[in-house]
Amino acid sequence: MSKRIDVSDLNVYYGDFRAVEDVNITLDAKSVTAFIGPSGCGKSTFLRTLNRMHEVIPGARVEGKVLLDGDNLYGDGVDPVTVRSQIGMVFQRPNPFPTMSIRDNVLAGVKLNNRRISRSDADELVEGSLRGANLWNEVKDRLEKPGSGLSGGQQQRLCIARAIAVSPDVILMDEPCSALDPISTLAIEDLINELKDEYTVVIVTHNMQQAARVSDKTAFFNIAGTGKPGKLIEFAETATIFNNPREKSTEDYVSGRFG
Amino acid sequence: MFSGAALGAGALIVAVLFAVALFLVVQALPTFSANPADITGGRGFFDYIFPIVVGTLIAATIALLIATPIGVAVALFTSHYAPRRLARGLGYVVDLLAAIPSVVYGAWGASYLASQLKVPYAWLAENFGWIPLFAGPASGTGKTILTAGIVLAVMVLPIIASLTREIFLQAPMLHQEAALALGATRWEMIRMAVLPFARGGIISAVMLGLGRALGETMAVALVLSSGPLIASLIRSGNQTIAAEIALDFPEAFGLRMHELIAAGLVLFLITLVVNMVARWIINRHKEFSGAN
Amino acid sequence: MATLMTERKRSALTRGRLPKYTPYVIAASSVVVAAALMALIGFHVFGWAVLSAVLFATANVVSSALVEGRRKATDKLATSLVVGAFLVALLPLVSVIWTVWVNGVPGLLTPGFLSTSMNGVTGAVDNASVKDGTPVLGGVYHALVGSILITLWATLISVPVGLLTAIYLVEYSAGNRFSKVITFLVDVMTGIPSIVAGLFAAAFFAMILGPGTKTGFVAAVALSVLMIPVVVRSSEEMLKIVPNELREAAYALGVRKWRTILKVVIPTAISGIASGVTLAIARVIGETAPLLVTAGFATTINMNVFAGWMSSLPTFIYTQIMTPTSPSNADPSTQRAWAAALLLIILVMLLNLGARLVARLFAPKTGR
Repeated sequence: MSKRIDVSDLNVYYGDFRAVEDVNITLDAKSVTAFIGPSGCGKSTFLRTLNRMHEVIPGARVEGKVLLDGDNLYGDGVDPVTVRSQIGMVFQRPNPFPTMSIRDNVLAGVKLNNRRISRSDADELVEGSLRGANLWNEVKDRLEKPGSGLSGGQQQRLCIARAIAVSPDVILMDEPCSALDPISTLAIEDLINELKDEYTVVIVTHNMQQAARVSDKTAFFNIAGTGKPGKLIEFAETATIFNNPREKSTEDYVSGRFG
Repeated sequence: MFSGAALGAGALIVAVLFAVALFLVVQALPTFSANPADITGGRGFFDYIFPIVVGTLIAATIALLIATPIGVAVALFTSHYAPRRLARGLGYVVDLLAAIPSVVYGAWGASYLASQLKVPYAWLAENFGWIPLFAGPASGTGKTILTAGIVLAVMVLPIIASLTREIFLQAPMLHQEAALALGATRWEMIRMAVLPFARGGIISAVMLGLGRALGETMAVALVLSSGPLIASLIRSGNQTIAAEIALDFPEAFGLRMHELIAAGLVLFLITLVVNMVARWIINRHKEFSGAN
Repeated sequence: MATLMTERKRSALTRGRLPKYTPYVIAASSVVVAAALMALIGFHVFGWAVLSAVLFATANVVSSALVEGRRKATDKLATSLVVGAFLVALLPLVSVIWTVWVNGVPGLLTPGFLSTSMNGVTGAVDNASVKDGTPVLGGVYHALVGSILITLWATLISVPVGLLTAIYLVEYSAGNRFSKVITFLVDVMTGIPSIVAGLFAAAFFAMILGPGTKTGFVAAVALSVLMIPVVVRSSEEMLKIVPNELREAAYALGVRKWRTILKVVIPTAISGIASGVTLAIARVIGETAPLLVTAGFATTINMNVFAGWMSSLPTFIYTQIMTPTSPSNADPSTQRAWAAALLLIILVMLLNLGARLVARLFAPKTGR
């Protein structure tokens, strides 16, 4: 399943400091949206507000609405736990649980809801998720080995397998390739292209070529200066952003004049 | 010159520790060469030391059974549950608890806690007297090994709490976020990403707490109305090594003094083993977490 | 841009969730129900609070289990247990402080308590003061003097040894085998039971100066055994965090190593070292067991740590409780014991506060 996200008038604060200002954006179902922009422009912060992971950061709070197919994530009585089980996340640094085997890592999220999953169902799910993350062929013979023994790229794909095993509606990726070598990066990019058949994918990236390669639409974030809030400057089809942007600052950024 | 002084100070520490062991051994020796009939109890050193070793272990066990779950929970509260601003203040409160001198805990245990526990003990003896641990008649003063164990628990709790708090705070954020992003509740996140990481640290904190409970003197000396080894925890009786030394050493001379020093040597060896095991676990854990 | 979707009234995200006000309702009803139950069996504020808390936690978990399912209920149960454990842990602290405060204030405010010793205060004196209702005589002056002198001497021994050892470990040893031995032994020393440290000092001086040698200095040696590892540990930590750039900058100027340590490294770390030493003092000033076996029990003022028995606050508390001056009227002794306990806690707290203050005051000036 795949759902769309509508964000309206979203502001993010760290204590009194406004980090992100007035974001309005619609992320289509079954598409890849990339967030690009210079460091500190609030794109990662904004990404975290899409599954309420910003609440882990002390002092962070949000004003505005984020609708997941019409359901407000910040509505009264909404449990962040429910939100996160529908909107998965992959982090900058691969973070498989070091004390668990590869198999248990994939099942970690599933076992929360379904403790007594049958052996055969579990095997099926592990294989399906690992295949979905293009990792099955590399690890099928060592499922009981610890996940921390894999290479960085394999670990990141294991984290993606772990995220899709709970069958979320949306997958958020926070610079998933920044800690990886070029070959692993390519593997992840291929994977993102396949994932959009089933999921809404949102990816934050520093790498403009990557955004151009994987995304259908691209959002450009920028800040006016240090201490100022980050803003969504332009949001359009990826081809438009890179070839024919509306804003001057977007053009400057994508042509590598700053950032 | 200066480096020599620094080296000398280091060497002095080595010398002091050897001296501690040496003087305890030398002063304890007469006990082992003495006629067994002259030892307190009249049947040799082993028969003398055995009951108070067991008493020491009983008191420390009670203390740990109470202090471990509460201490770990307090640590979790200050690291993962309390609002961040409150947490620092609470950490200070836990340190405060650790700073109160043991003699004050002893005085509190003897004059306040013991009398409060008389009624519960009588109730235990009446309803659960068939369990040897709660065999009646309950002590009329409340000054029992269970009371001493509870006071010891209060004393080791801050040690366990502050050590495990440090471990919990070091649990990698990366894995906690991974758990939360999978839709884990706070407790599930702790089970997935905090407790597995902290297991070694908790064990060693408990061991260090055990070392403290075994060697703690005043709480037991003031609280326990001592006597021979008995199974019931709610009657007066039992004794610990440290309290025995504190109570009897000031008036001891001759063989009795050597006997108490020998008892001190036994206590030293027990705590040494416990602490070394704890350090060993900590070091092993360090290597383990460094690999990630 | 696609048109914005409007918010749905009945959110799928809140399905199977208790309304937000549920805990408040449960809390209010728990308090009321607990009050009613307590009224049946006899009202007691403490019992009321405990019963309310237990009812609240149970109702919260059960309602969650019924509506929100196992996972949410488990989470709430864990939260209840963790918060409950914390409250339970606070009980003894509050109780100890309250007991000491209530029992200690009258004695501490008695005129002469801080300025007189127990010299000449006998059972007869106590009996008289109880019978006539006159203020309790006798005080802690001798014990206070003893505590301060013994701790001072322990500090004079421990700080140089501990600090120099830390300097050796951090600056000179370069992690050789001897330093590993020292680090290991310091760990072992940290775990020495205080009574064993006392026995060591007693046995040591018994062999040198003959059996039964009990003076303030013997006690100071015993306390040093406990204090040195604490000083080594805290100083070591503080020296380690002095940035290497500072040392290299000094070497580059041609400053000798020992001068670098004295003029650069130690001044940078001094606040941490001083606060570590203060905490170590706070720890040993409350030690009782080693003093019992090394300093004896004095009732008079003794300013000489090298001769004669010496009293101290902890042993004063202990003897006043265990062997009241007047066996038939223990109250005056109890009052003195609690007053001394209050004084001791105040001293320890002041030292702890002082350590924090020192850490802040002497912190290296970072302003440029």
